[in-house]
Amino acid sequence: MASRVGVVLFPGSNCEFDVLEAVRLLGGDAEILWHGDATVSGVDAVVVPGGFAHGDYLRPGAIARFSPVMDAVVAFANSGGPVVGICNGFQVLTEAGLLPGALQKNRGLKFVCTTVELRVDSTDSVLTSNAEKGSVLRVPINHFEGNYTCSPEMLNQLRENDQVVLRYVDNPNGSVDDIAGITNEGRNVVGLMPHPERAISPLLGSDDGLPLLSSLLAAASVPA
Amino acid sequence: MVGRVWDDGPMLFSVQVEVSLREGVADPQGSTIERSLPHLGFDGVRGVRVGKSIRFELEATDESAAVAEVEDLCRRFLTNPVIEDSHVTVTAVEAAR
Repeated sequence: MASRVGVVLFPGSNCEFDVLEAVRLLGGDAEILWHGDATVSGVDAVVVPGGFAHGDYLRPGAIARFSPVMDAVVAFANSGGPVVGICNGFQVLTEAGLLPGALQKNRGLKFVCTTVELRVDSTDSVLTSNAEKGSVLRVPINHFEGNYTCSPEMLNQLRENDQVVLRYVDNPNGSVDDIAGITNEGRNVVGLMPHPERAISPLLGSDDGLPLLSSLLAAASVPA
Repeated sequence: MVGRVWDDGPMLFSVQVEVSLREGVADPQGSTIERSLPHLGFDGVRGVRVGKSIRFELEATDESAAVAEVEDLCRRFLTNPVIEDSHVTVTAVEAAR
């Protein structure tokens, strides 16, 4: 039976259909999880997609984290379920406390919209298990607040525990330690600013997002 | 109700929360403003920091209860403690009823 991936839809999300499409391309089942429903509907994995949830009012993710669905997402993650936050979804997961640190405005106040190179620095996570350690992936970015920051103590912890899964080859936004994506201590929650769902076909300029999303589907097929 | 007077109820407070980036956190908006000031002839400006101000009214039994509630509100919602600090000013307006 195909794995079921739930994609959270907040008012202001705008990458949800790209994620549904990418999951289906890889043979998974994908469905929308409505922000107002306090359930993840028994799915095997959750993606919090990109966009501008609740208009990014106050701070990106600050209001989305109080949505009814987020209680269910947090409970799902705490029980070991695979959860991935992409771009605005990464911001939501840090605000919800599922991932450490925060995302600030980009260095130089520059909105970045381009394709970047990412180095896979850890394959021990639900989003990188099928990728090759040290390999370089070409994946689009599209954000204003993607400048990852955290306390020096937290940065040490992330490094020592091998929690930085993806780093920029050429840092586009000022993120500390070139961080593009991190995982939690349980390795089942990943947040990243780049958009793997937009790199699923050579027609789109790259299909380097496939090993990442197929990792998630592999994690989804394992009973939590 | 003996001895209860008309204004012995919750009080109304005017609240101002100033949210700023924590010391040591880079402030790209502040530095961009600072860099552009010399173009307008303002050469002596230093240390520009950009924050936001949030104002609202709050009912509470007394000032310390009001401050405690606003500080909880700041910690849980109005600021991201990883990168932001808040400064709270609470002023009694009048008896709420």
